[in-house]
Amino acid sequence: MRRLFRARGAELIPQARMSGPMPWVIAIMVAMTVIALAAGLALGNAVSSAKAEIEGGVTIQILEPRADVRAAQARRAVDAIKAMPGVSGLRLVPQAELDALIEPWLGTGIATATGSAVPVPALIDVRLKGPANPQALSIIEDALKPVAPSARVDAQSNWLKPVFDAMVSLQLLAIALVALLALALTAAVLLAARTALGTNRDTIEIVHLLGGTDSQVARVFQRSIGYDAAGGGAVGLALALVVILSLSRRFAGLGAGLVDNGALIWSDWLLLAAVPVLAILLAMVTARLTVLHALRKML
Amino acid sequence: MTADGEIIHFDNVGLRYGTDREVLSDLTFTLFPGRFYFLTGASGAGKTSLLRLLYLAQRPSRGAIRMFGTDAITMPRGRLPQLRRRIGVVFQDFRLIPHLSAFDNVALPLRVAGHREDDLAGPVRDILDWVGLSDRIGARPPTLSGGEQQRVAIARAVIARPAMLVADEPTGNVDPDMAQKLMRLFEMLNRQGTTVVVATHDLDLLRKVPESLIMRLDRGRLSDPTGALRYPPRKVQ
Ligand SMILES: Nc1ncnc2c1ncn2[C@@H]1O[C@H](COP(=O)(O)OP(=O)(O)OP(=O)(O)O)[C@@H](O)[C@H]1O
Ligand SMILES: [Mg+2]
Repeated sequence: MRRLFRARGAELIPQARMSGPMPWVIAIMVAMTVIALAAGLALGNAVSSAKAEIEGGVTIQILEPRADVRAAQARRAVDAIKAMPGVSGLRLVPQAELDALIEPWLGTGIATATGSAVPVPALIDVRLKGPANPQALSIIEDALKPVAPSARVDAQSNWLKPVFDAMVSLQLLAIALVALLALALTAAVLLAARTALGTNRDTIEIVHLLGGTDSQVARVFQRSIGYDAAGGGAVGLALALVVILSLSRRFAGLGAGLVDNGALIWSDWLLLAAVPVLAILLAMVTARLTVLHALRKML
Repeated sequence: MTADGEIIHFDNVGLRYGTDREVLSDLTFTLFPGRFYFLTGASGAGKTSLLRLLYLAQRPSRGAIRMFGTDAITMPRGRLPQLRRRIGVVFQDFRLIPHLSAFDNVALPLRVAGHREDDLAGPVRDILDWVGLSDRIGARPPTLSGGEQQRVAIARAVIARPAMLVADEPTGNVDPDMAQKLMRLFEMLNRQGTTVVVATHDLDLLRKVPESLIMRLDRGRLSDPTGALRYPPRKVQ
């Protein structure tokens, strides 16, 4: 029975093979869907890995203008926290690093120029085993009050909350875009199937009257549309990959931590590759249902 | 009424398209296997409509139709293809597939029925040879003349050796010699057991097949001047 469809040069439905507009519409829709999906996935990865990284993070600032007092309080604070349970990491940020942090704003050599260092708070990075929730913070504050009265305790996640919020809303936007594009892709495929049915209606009817079964006719049709969708899907995926890879190289070049963490993992790539496959399946199922529906009306 | 050996039986069949008046009314007749029937009638009398009922392109609006021993009205859709494969059809407008060669058009019924490619090339060539198109085997229908297309359509209708051949004005586009030749092809098939139904308003054609039976349609109503439709005539031979 396959011979009906395979015979050389005897394609029942003439194969347009990327010559009509439909494969290209599908290609563009697939490309945009894949890109939007990649953006959504990358943002999701960035948000969750950054979250995990700073969830247990606490920053302690010693806000004390006198350098010697500040250093003494910082030392005592470090000792006090070392003695606390539930702390997995602790680091007193060295003065050189602090200088480097403010250098972009104040320039180098301020200490030598004015004869006295600009009073920069001492910074202690603390990593908790659990999340840095308000209870954890108040325990630390209570422990520090007697030894380092100038200490201010903040959860790192508080500082970055606006950034997270922005990233999450970008991610939501990406998800909404994927949904819209998937919808448009479905519509494109539906239109493609309808158009193909319209142009091949005579052929379908003739084969039907010569004793072709519904599924025989549907299979021919399905295969023809499957080819178109596969061509479009492959082109679209290739296009999207080019865009994604070159963009990710740009971002990697930025060296900013949050973006690096947004790298796509293998399951993300699988998901992206599934988009054209889904488009092909959708096209074939749509074609099949459209033909079967038309045939039912024919008797 | 169940006549043994009947191939088609219509009982009080009527057909209307949409909500128009009936184009066929009160058709009651029996076709017997191995016979040669002509269906005549003025243009618009309903010949094509009746043939459409015969080749299962259309359900009647009323009445009962039995084909090959089964009720064609209540039969599930899934069984219709098997029935259609036993019927060869020459459509009035040929209905060839324009992007397929003459060869592939003629091979279509065999391919639909699942014949192997090796087995169908010979018969397809033979039949195209018979209708005088051996040199046009690779031509696509749009490049063929009307008469040539008609002959391809006839070749396609007979290639699978159907139990019943239904032909709608099969000689409308050919010269008298070719018409004669095609009638001989139909007669030959008929002699091998195929029931033939030919719609035509060419009365000369009727005379070319002396053993034929004649049905006449007049504004959707059937008359059988030879009286041969209801009572099986004595078997020829
Ligand atoms: N699909 C259709 N929808 C509505 N009316 C139709 C349809 N097909 C045929 N008719 C009408 O049914 C009547 C019979 O048409 P039919 O084609 O059966 O006639 P015919 O005897 O084959 O004519 P001809 O000799 O010209 O081929 C005509 O009045 C025609 O207008
Ligand atoms: Mg007609």
